[in-house]
Amino acid sequence: MSSPKTHKEWERELLELEDFIAKAREAARKEAEPKSREALEAKIEDLEKGRDKFIDVMYSNLGPWEKVLIARAEKRPYTLDYVQALFSEYVELQGDRRGFADNAIIGGPALFNGQPVMVVGHQKGRNIQERQFRNFGMAKPEGYRKAIRLFDMAERFRMPVISFVDTPAADPGVESESRGISEAIAAAIMKMFELTVPTVAVVIGEGGSGGAIGIAASNRVLMLENSVYSVIPPEGCAAILWRMPERGPDASKALKLTAASALEYGLIDEILPEPKGGAHRSPVETFATVKEAIEKHLGALQKLSPEVVKTDRYDKYRGMGRFEIAEG
Amino acid sequence: MNTKAPANSEAFLQCINCKKILFSIDFEQNLRVCNYCGHHHRLSAATRIAWTFDEDTFEELDTELRSGNPLEFPDYVDKLHAAEAKTKRFDSVVSGRAKLEEMPVSVAVADFNFMGGSMGSVAGEKITRTLERAADEQTPAIIFCASGGARMQEGLLSLMQMAKTTAAAQRCAEAGVPYIAVFTDPTMAGVLASYASIADVIVAEPRALVGFAGTRVSKQAGVSKVPDDFQTAEFCLKHGMIDRIVPRKEMRDTLASLVRTLGGHALSAYAANGGKK
Ligand SMILES: [Zn+2]
Repeated sequence: MSSPKTHKEWERELLELEDFIAKAREAARKEAEPKSREALEAKIEDLEKGRDKFIDVMYSNLGPWEKVLIARAEKRPYTLDYVQALFSEYVELQGDRRGFADNAIIGGPALFNGQPVMVVGHQKGRNIQERQFRNFGMAKPEGYRKAIRLFDMAERFRMPVISFVDTPAADPGVESESRGISEAIAAAIMKMFELTVPTVAVVIGEGGSGGAIGIAASNRVLMLENSVYSVIPPEGCAAILWRMPERGPDASKALKLTAASALEYGLIDEILPEPKGGAHRSPVETFATVKEAIEKHLGALQKLSPEVVKTDRYDKYRGMGRFEIAEG
Repeated sequence: MNTKAPANSEAFLQCINCKKILFSIDFEQNLRVCNYCGHHHRLSAATRIAWTFDEDTFEELDTELRSGNPLEFPDYVDKLHAAEAKTKRFDSVVSGRAKLEEMPVSVAVADFNFMGGSMGSVAGEKITRTLERAADEQTPAIIFCASGGARMQEGLLSLMQMAKTTAAAQRCAEAGVPYIAVFTDPTMAGVLASYASIADVIVAEPRALVGFAGTRVSKQAGVSKVPDDFQTAEFCLKHGMIDRIVPRKEMRDTLASLVRTLGGHALSAYAANGGKK
């Protein structure tokens, strides 16, 4: 059996079942005869129980490839959904002040529980036009240069930085190379290490390699349960290893790109549980979880002095890596 | 026709770029740069060190570091063993202290022969230590880059080396110690998008491949039309991403001038400290 390639494909049976339940409910609503309606409603209840069980089974013991599909799901809440749910008075700021504007990284100041913070995040699109406008969540150099501006402002005005990470990768095109995509990412990472204000990053979907770390070198890094964080997309890894991009599912196992692995290797601080069936099944519940986690970590970081906030971050990354020490 | 092609004998070899046959003696004297087309052939870390720094001044450090297989990634151990056998090294980066025209420098040199110079935990640790030593001891840092990018086989651990090494470069900047990066063929992806690109000064060898996305990645992303000089040192120079292109035979002098000028202040502090921190 070949692996599904999209979340929609993987959830197909579930979606068909839900479609059927919706139709049955519509029929019940139209049914004038009370006895028949009751019978229909009872049937619907059974179907819904079946659906819940179906979701339970599908979403328990998810493999890495399923998580890749869920992390990429179109229905999954995106950065701007979190911004709307978790912050007030958000004002989006644009432009790198060097001649270019990017729509795959967004950000600006906002209030979090009444406290000023700087929000930065990757933004994907849900339909064709939106996706093109957001360049599929793949930021160009100007996106990272805008982020640097926002980081600078955060430092100047003593605002903690909250990043939302959700990108397949940074933009790999000719334009991006000409304008120095590598330098832009490196400079953004470097800027994050200069900050003395607390920084918290939440991986909400795809943590795609350099494009992700460019805005995620934070004091605390949290990952939603079904998000992924990887040095290379599994398809790219499969292309290099076996010259077969279609073996992405195999590569996703080898890459250990799940939140559980990231925590095990000491690379993130906490896994945020998702509602049964994934973040998109109950965004409200997801927002509440994320909000509570940010409150907790921000609260702890704000007890530290600015200098300690900075060294805490350095020490955290300084300790990352696994190697052996030879004797003698 | 002679079955023994001259390219295979010891006295001759063939330029990998223009395919012309070169005398080995001339080629070595010319620092492995082709006399005809000027192509700069790749160097091992040992050769690079010998041809750049003062004779017998290189003190290798961090030699106790060895790659494990933290992810139990398929075939990684075999690849490491093969690379070890090929290079007589334990990883892609060689690090330590050296002198350049008698000035102390903190040095790291990548070797492309070791798994494409890729950066995993060990390479990241060595680069980090090199930059930390520079900051702590007030000795300018010189890093020769040669890498295909982050080492896939160590997954997210490799990605985090980008943050770790960049943080160390930031510390160097804060300590007022210059850091010079030399892009050699190739300097790519995760290495380019981290410590390599934020050096105070970046020089590159002529025609070195320098870019963010590997060709396979670009192909998958549907990037088709590219300029002829795309992802070369010359392309980077034209677009303002590097300071200079420096031919191999001028590299030592250029680096020494940069260390003497930019590193003048740091080196006075080094001397005032009696040569050590
Ligand atoms: Zn040639």
